[in-house]
Order: sequence, then C-alpha cells, then structure tokens
Amino acid sequence: MIPLSWYLTLSAGLFSIGLFGVLARKNAVAILLGIELMLNAVNINLVAFWRYGDPAMIVGQVFAIIVFATAAAEVAVGLALIISIYRRRKTVVADEIDMMKW
Amino acid sequence: MTFLQIIFLLFAAVILGSALMVVTTRNMIHAALWLIAALFGVAAVYALLNAGFLAVVQVVVYIGAIAILFIFAVMLTRREMRDKGPQLNKNWWMAALISVVTFGGLFGLLSNWAGFSKTAAEIPAGLDAVEQLGIALVSPDAYVLPFEVASILLLAALIGAVYVAFNKE
Repeated sequence: MIPLSWYLTLSAGLFSIGLFGVLARKNAVAILLGIELMLNAVNINLVAFWRYGDPAMIVGQVFAIIVFATAAAEVAVGLALIISIYRRRKTVVADEIDMMKW
Repeated sequence: MTFLQIIFLLFAAVILGSALMVVTTRNMIHAALWLIAALFGVAAVYALLNAGFLAVVQVVVYIGAIAILFIFAVMLTRREMRDKGPQLNKNWWMAALISVVTFGGLFGLLSNWAGFSKTAAEIPAGLDAVEQLGIALVSPDAYVLPFEVASILLLAALIGAVYVAFNKE
C-alpha cells in the first residue's frame, strides 16, 4: 500500500511549484495557472486525508467539491479582469498593472 | 514495491514535471497544455485514492472548463508577451528560495507528525462513497449550507465575470 506520506509530499511539492509560479511569473495569466496548481495540491491533501482517515466520513470529498467550485469562480473572475485590463492597457504583465499603486 | 506504488510514482512524476513546465515554459499556450497534463495526473491520483467521482469531476470541470478557459484567455491576450523578454521577474530567485523553504517547512512539519506514515484505512464493506457524497451535499444535517453558498458564489462570479469583461463601446 501507498503510505500517506507519499501523497502529502507530492502535494507539498505541487504547492511549492505553484507558489513559485505565482511569485515569479510576469504574465498575469501564468500567475492564475500557478494558483490552479496550488488549489490542486490542496485538493490532493483533502482527498488523501479522507481516504486515510475515516472513509465513512465524507467531509474530505465535500470540501474538495467546494474547492472545485471556488476555483472555477476564481478563474472566471480572474480571466475576465485580465481580459478587461488587456483591452484598456494593452498589457498582461503584472508589473505594469499598477493603477492601484499609491 | 508494489504495482500501485509504481503507478503512483509514475503519476507523481507526471504531475511534478508538468507543473515545473507550467511555471517555466515561455510559450503560454504550452503552459496551459502542460497544466492539462498536470490536472490529468491529479485526476489519476484521485482514482488511486478510491475517489472515482472526484476524478471524473476533475476531468470535466478542470480540464474541460478551466483549462480551456485559460487557453481562450491566452489566445485573447498573448500578442504582447509572445516569446520576447524574460518571462520571470527580476526577483525570481527570491521566489525560488521561498518555494524551497515552503516545501522544506511543510515536509519538516509533516515528518514530525505521528500519522505521517499511516497506511490507508479499510473502506467499510457496502460503503458507496458517491451515494454518501450526494446525501451529504443536500442533507440539512450535513453540508447543504456550504453547497448553497458555493452555488451563490458561482452565480456571483458568473455575473461579475460578464460585467467585468463586457465591452461598453
């Protein structure tokens, strides 16, 4: 059998890679891609804890479903913002989107 | 090393390799396609964890909707960024350091936890996880409220996305 530690290590690695993408990429769409990776890492954790805890308690899967819905909402709004900014400013570089910088 | 472990390591390599390509590749369309590979690997991990329904939802919602939305967004915005200039900002080494520290911190924290090397619990005989999940999502004793809140969140995001991306001219 696969020990729980393998899933947790995989999830920690995926989360760290996504974090790197969020912090280091210039393209705003690429930042959202990094967030997707991080959300998937969280979901692997939730499902692994459901399976290795008490499978009769379904809460891990319920939380994973809620994370799916949240990810879909976040991507829809995020991409709409990026497209709107691109239309006005002709850029998707996060450093150049500084209208709210004081 | 059992067969399942080999399968897991294979998919873990696919996930981590694709994720690395997502955050490093120059071409954004390729990044979105690598994201699809990573999401598919995650779906396989769900299947390994006996969460078949979530594996299907992962393929339908993440690969079928979210990844395709990303490809559309890249196609609508890529002219400016295409393959010119660095794709990483000048503090990328700091980001790499933070990521490595995060991974080390998480791994260190987890390896000190007693349940770290736990093996899977037996699935009780006659447990239908999909049925349980469906009941839990609509039962007032369980998670009907978070379910409704999620649906309102999706509706709000839908209206917000249409409003934000709407071209007034």
